[in-house]
Formats: sequence, structure tokens, C-alpha cells
Amino acid sequence: MVYTVKIENKMSTIQVNTLESEAIYIFREVVAQFEKPVLLFSGGKDSITLVRLAQKAFYPAKIPFPLLHVDTGHNFPETVEFRDRLTKELGVELIVRNVQDNIDSGKVKEESGRYASRNMLQTETLLDAIEEFGFDACIGGARRDEEKARAKERIFSVRDDFGQWDEKNQRPEVFDILNGRIELGQNVRVFPISNWTELDVWSYIKQENIEIPSIYFAHKRATFLRDGLIWSADDVVVFREEDEIVEERTVRFRTVGDMSCTAAVLSTASDVSTIVDEIRVSPISERGARIDDKRSEAAMEKRKQQGYF
Amino acid sequence: MDILKIATAGSVDDGKSTLIGRVLYDTKSLTEDKLEAIEQKSKQRGFDYLDFSLATDGLIAEREQGITIDVAHIYFSTPKKSYIIADTPGHIEYTRNMVTGASNAQASIVLIDARKGVIEQTYRHFFINSLLRIKEVVIAVNKMDLVDYSEEKFNEIKSEIEYLANKSSYQKQNVTFIPLSALKGDNVVKSSENMDWYKGDTLLQHLEDLTLDDVEELSKVRFPIQTVIRPKTEKYHDFRGYAGKIYGGDLTVGDAITVLPSKTTSKIKEIHFFDKSYTSATRGSSVTLTLEDNINVSRGDMLVKKEEEPSIEKQISATICWMDKTPLSPNTKYVLKHGVNDVQAKVTEISSIINTDFSGKEENPSAIVLNQIGEIVLKLSKPLFFDSYQTNKATGTFILIDPKTNATSGVGFIQ
Repeated sequence: MVYTVKIENKMSTIQVNTLESEAIYIFREVVAQFEKPVLLFSGGKDSITLVRLAQKAFYPAKIPFPLLHVDTGHNFPETVEFRDRLTKELGVELIVRNVQDNIDSGKVKEESGRYASRNMLQTETLLDAIEEFGFDACIGGARRDEEKARAKERIFSVRDDFGQWDEKNQRPEVFDILNGRIELGQNVRVFPISNWTELDVWSYIKQENIEIPSIYFAHKRATFLRDGLIWSADDVVVFREEDEIVEERTVRFRTVGDMSCTAAVLSTASDVSTIVDEIRVSPISERGARIDDKRSEAAMEKRKQQGYF
Repeated sequence: MDILKIATAGSVDDGKSTLIGRVLYDTKSLTEDKLEAIEQKSKQRGFDYLDFSLATDGLIAEREQGITIDVAHIYFSTPKKSYIIADTPGHIEYTRNMVTGASNAQASIVLIDARKGVIEQTYRHFFINSLLRIKEVVIAVNKMDLVDYSEEKFNEIKSEIEYLANKSSYQKQNVTFIPLSALKGDNVVKSSENMDWYKGDTLLQHLEDLTLDDVEELSKVRFPIQTVIRPKTEKYHDFRGYAGKIYGGDLTVGDAITVLPSKTTSKIKEIHFFDKSYTSATRGSSVTLTLEDNINVSRGDMLVKKEEEPSIEKQISATICWMDKTPLSPNTKYVLKHGVNDVQAKVTEISSIINTDFSGKEENPSAIVLNQIGEIVLKLSKPLFFDSYQTNKATGTFILIDPKTNATSGVGFIQ
């Protein structure tokens, strides 16, 4: 996935970067086929990459849709600061909807205990926003290499009124042809970087010199260990037992979700090049540090502790 | 070539998941946490081996039934190339998912269990590879360890497939035969020590050596317009860019072009990609073009080189793979989506159903049902500009959408 510009005798030929071309093609189909698309922006590297691709797809025109951030209130402050700066620079509209509002109104119940996270509560806020604005296409940065259920998802993934995915009855997606026809009330989730791997994303960030939030780079942070993972010791957001001792470690984040569901990794990588090298040889997958993915296994472990087999 | 897209076909029993697992394992593409999860679950199920299908069968229903229902995408890379594998289901009732997975493949691997030889499924997999005109096909004769690494057995299967290949409608296809054992690792990534009689490459070596010319046929340049870019800012007040992806060949500034369907002519003025402009662009690039003349061009139109015009007709004949539970019947209306262009279509004739075992056709059927492949004639509401699938993959294919359900009901290959 190397993108080169050949300059010979003043001739410049644009060479194809398959993944980039595919993503740009998808963005243009979204704008042509839907009336109210929106880009789901988390402030993580994947959605930042999406923003760059959207810029490229419509240049010199501006990105022709708004960005939506579902704010759990548990985001890393660095991510939120970055989000505001980026959208201002690009001159795109930013819509923020808060999970806190649904908690305050009693619509959703906040989890409690050791593994409490607002990760699951985001869904309700997202569905509310889709209804409020009448979005018919939500563009997201999910990738098929992340997780095996995601490996089954189409590029245009049709959802019903309740946002549900009918995984056993997906529309066939052949060649480059994308069928975005939906009924009123339905919406489509669109994944332009479906075929990118984690390494592809980082290589692209490096090649394009894309700015990313500081938490992706090595920094000193107050942390504690739980289940073999390094948690952020933020007492407001993350519940911590007394015997879970806080220690300062040099870490970075490989994936950025909420503080309550994203673990850090030990790293001294302070620039993108070093991160690319680090990922190339990493023995652990990206979502190995996602606490939300570990839930089912953690549940198994608990049952075992209580005497289950 | 940077990325190779491969489709694999074969049932669980042929060892397809084991093969994919073996490739991932031997190229060190499985991370520790994923491998641990597979080990743990294999043990839980009482297996004394690693069940790699647990890594690729991502749906609960698939793991319950132990079969692949829908296409899974698997990614790995070597220092030379990135690979995307579309792992497709082999059962007849999932033919549509197999076509889905294989439609974007540049190469295909068909698995055969050496003990069973060529079976009904092999015929179908081979047939679909020919229908889709996948240029590079590898016949992976698996489980060689269970037939004592017999050269005779391998040659038997080889000659049977060669007989099929002779009957195929796609004679430019390269068929490569590799004897291997996914379980033991023979000839997958590492050369086998058990088959001295085999002098060819291992599976991975073969894939590593493929070039773009090996897997893609060149055709005439086609540039379907996805959207018109009009910034209307002070700086770009009069900018009118035509955004799309280039298929078939290359485009250069100064090329004389014809716009379809209006047949107006002009020349390419600039080729833009993001904030730079270029003098030429290769197939596969998503670019934005400007033209010398201010002419009327909109989404669904297509730019072609002058004197390379495609067919323009209001009626087409096509081979269709049916993907909907509601059968295809005469006089039904559909939305035909041809790349980025939509037209209304009516089925005027169902000419035949093609037997996927190369045994011929059934003439004048009353309908084509789910997972069947047949030949039809369609009447269109307005002229379509197209090529035959044989001459241009991108402009020779379409889908039929049921306007009542919006489902993608079938995929067509224009004859």
C-alpha cells in the first residue's frame, strides 16, 4: 500500500493505492446515494483517517456532511481537545450528543462495579441522534480485521428502526456495486476502511503526516494493573479497589475508546514511525487491550471463581 | 502489486479453515491473544488439535453449526505483499455468498480432499470461478498425508480438473495444481519433505510471485461519474470536477473523450487527486477530472476515450446468479444498478438454467430460484452503455434490486 508520485521528465503519474481509492469511492457513493449522511467521529485514529479520506474525496469542496461525536463523558480530555481543534480547522459542522443526558433523564442506567463502563450506553444516544437529525447513512471507522464478527460485515450495512444488524440475511455485495436503497426509518452503516488493517491505518497516518491525539504516543501516566491489563487510574471515571495500587508507568494507547474500557500498553514510542515499527512486530492484537472485548471471558472467569466447573 | 485479493472455496471437511489457519500460523500472522483464544476454545470443545475455523467463523450460528454461512475477510501480509482472503462458504445453499466473496477476487483457491477427489461441490466452485473470470485459480489438493502422499492420486484429480477446464467458457484461466497437507504444513508455506515428486512452488510462494498482469486483463478505459464536485468558493468559483474511479486502463491529460449517453466530446484538461494535479492516472485510482469544454455531465454518465465507445442498447442478454428467496419470473420489474447508474428493467425472457456441474442447460424454465444460475433477457427503460463481462468486468456486470424490498436479488454478467 505504498503511494508514490513518479516525477520523470516533468510527467507525474498518480499510482493507485488500492485501499485509499476504494475508501474514496465509497465516500462518493454515500454522498450520491443518501440525503443525510453523517460521519461518526470518536477522536480515535480510525475516524481521523476517515476525515482525511473524506477531505480527499471531495477536494476542493468541503466535506459535505457533519461529524457526530457521541460523548460518553468518559473520554480522554486529550481526545476532546483534539476533536474541537480539528473540526474548527476543517470548517466542518460538529454535532455532540452526550450519554450523560440519557443518564440524567433516567432513559439508561449507569453500570456499577469493577467493570462499569459507558461503552454500551453509547448506542442509545446514537440512535436518538439518528432520529433527531434524520440521518440515513452513518459512516464509521470499523475494520474487518479488528474482530471476527466485524469480519463478516458488509461495507453498506443496513439497520432497521432499532439499529439492529440482521447478520444472517445481509445483502450480497458484489464488485464495486453498493446498494444503498432503504425504507423510511432504516439507515445504513457505512465502513469505508473495512479492508484496512491496523498497520495499514498507521502506515497511512505516517505517509500522510496526519496529526493524532497525544495519548497515542508514549507518556507518563498514573495506572494500575487489573487482569493483566494496564488501566488508567482516574478515580472519577474508573472504579478501583483499595488493593489496586497506582503506579506511574510510561505507556501509550493503541486504541482509543473510553477511559473505562481502554487499557494502555507499555511503550516508549514517541512518534508515528516508531509506532508503525512497534505494531509490525507486536505479538498482541489491537483489541487485546480493549476491556470491553474481554467481557465474556471475564464473566467466565468469575463463574469459575464461584465454583463453576 | 501491493494487495492480492483471494477467494477460497471448499467445505469445512476439505480443511479450508485449517489451510487458512496454517497460512496465518506459518506466516506468524496470528497474534498471541488470538491464538490463545483458539487454543482455549478448541480444548473446551474436546479437540486435540487447533480448530482454526473458530478464528474465521464469526457468527454464533456458524460456530453452532460448524459451517461457514457468510463470507469472512481475513488479512495477512508478508514483506512482499498484503493479502485479503475472502473465505467463502461451500454449501450449495450459500452459492450467493460464494459469488459475493469471489466477485472481487483476483485469484482463487479451490480445495479438494485428496481422499474424496473431485466432488459435486468442486464442479460448482470451478464453474463459478469461470463465470466470474478469475484469471488465476489454484487447485489445492489437500490431505495428501492421508493418501500416503500419492503422486498417482494427485495426478488422477489433476486430469479430472483439466477435463473440466477444457469445457470451461474461460480459456485464458491459469490453473495451478498444488499437493499439500494443511494439517501437517506440507507445501503451504514450507516445502514438503514427503513429496519429492512435486517440483512446483508451495502455495504461498506461488501467490507471492503473482503479478498484476497475471491476475488482471487489460481492457478499454471506462470512467463512470460518481458525483460532480462544485466547491462554489471564491477560489474555485468555476471549478467543475467529475469524480470517479478509473477502470480498465489509464487516462492522460489531453485525451479526447466522449461523454455517454449524450455523446458530446471534449478533452481531459486536468487530473486532480486531493490538492495536487497529475498528467496521467492509472486504472483503479479514484480521481477528479476537469474537461476543456463546459458540457453537461452528471452522475451516472460515463467518460470513455473517443473511438472506444461501448455498446448502447435498450435490451440486454445476461447470465444471472439469483440471490433472492423470491424466484426470478418473467415480466417482473427490477431496478438495474450498473455501477453507479440506475435504470428500470423488465424480465422479458428466461432462456435457460445453467447446470453448474458442466452438464449443460435446461431450456425455457418458468423461473430461476435462489442460488441458481441462468440466462435472461432484460428490457430497459433507457439505453444502457455497457461492455460484455468478457471484455470489461466493471462495465459488464450489474445487480437487480427488488423495488418492493430493496434487496439485492441477483447479480448479472452481460453477454
